[in-house]
Amino acid sequence: MAPYDAPPERSYPAFVYEVGSEKVREYARAIGEEAPVHHEREAARAAGFRDLVAPPMFCVVYAIGALAPAVADPELGIDYAHMVHGGQEFDWEEPVCAGDTVTTTASVVDVYEKGGMGFFVFASVSTNQDGAQTVRGVWTNIVRRH
Amino acid sequence: MDLRAGEALSELRVTPARHLPHRYAGASGDFNPIHIDPEFARSVGLPGNILHGLYGMALMARAATAAAGGDPRSLRRLGVQFRGVGVPEQEITVSGSVREVDAEGTRAVLDLVAEQAGTPIVRGGEAELVLEAP
Repeated sequence: MAPYDAPPERSYPAFVYEVGSEKVREYARAIGEEAPVHHEREAARAAGFRDLVAPPMFCVVYAIGALAPAVADPELGIDYAHMVHGGQEFDWEEPVCAGDTVTTTASVVDVYEKGGMGFFVFASVSTNQDGAQTVRGVWTNIVRRH
Repeated sequence: MDLRAGEALSELRVTPARHLPHRYAGASGDFNPIHIDPEFARSVGLPGNILHGLYGMALMARAATAAAGGDPRSLRRLGVQFRGVGVPEQEITVSGSVREVDAEGTRAVLDLVAEQAGTPIVRGGEAELVLEAP
């Protein structure tokens, strides 16, 4: 049986991330996002946020730690050297602000082969310290076979 | 924001600096050597160190948020496919259009693409926005 036929019912330890204000600013600068709500606490509060608000795509910063053990799962046998990120989807709910603690869990939702390539689809769910969902992600990784 | 179906969005144009991939690696925590080590990248058949796909997606998220008026709460969903290879020091253009707006004018769906030199690096972008009631 090829490793790609492995049953997909697998999940991994939760990953906990504490959101710091300088990390929010650093990420916002890296993507060129200059809106004051990501840099100035007063601007964020004036806009109704608890604290500096993270840009939506900051979710990759706090969620990726939950995906790493999934990608490295020996039962899935992903050939990391030949893996590319094929697709990504995020559904956002509660905004994430500096001072939040976000917990993310990841699971395998689909493993299949198409066109001589292996497709590994993972899902992630992230919630904040109040139990509110911040984002759900679907991560598609493609491995070229040889 | 008053978006109309079929309307083109304002383009977002960004030229990532030579060391942007290093900066994004530090900001995101993704230090895969294909993004920061030109020699390693060439050894696996790439033209040099390449942009992170999720950086391109973040630019797309910026363009979608801007279309909604700039409030980060407006962006409720974004799905993309990564194709091709993005490189530093070459302009990225994120463009798109409004696919649909609901009858109340409170939700919109956008189609987006990020290109370099006319070649898509992030494509199939589909964003859902929540808009303030006009």
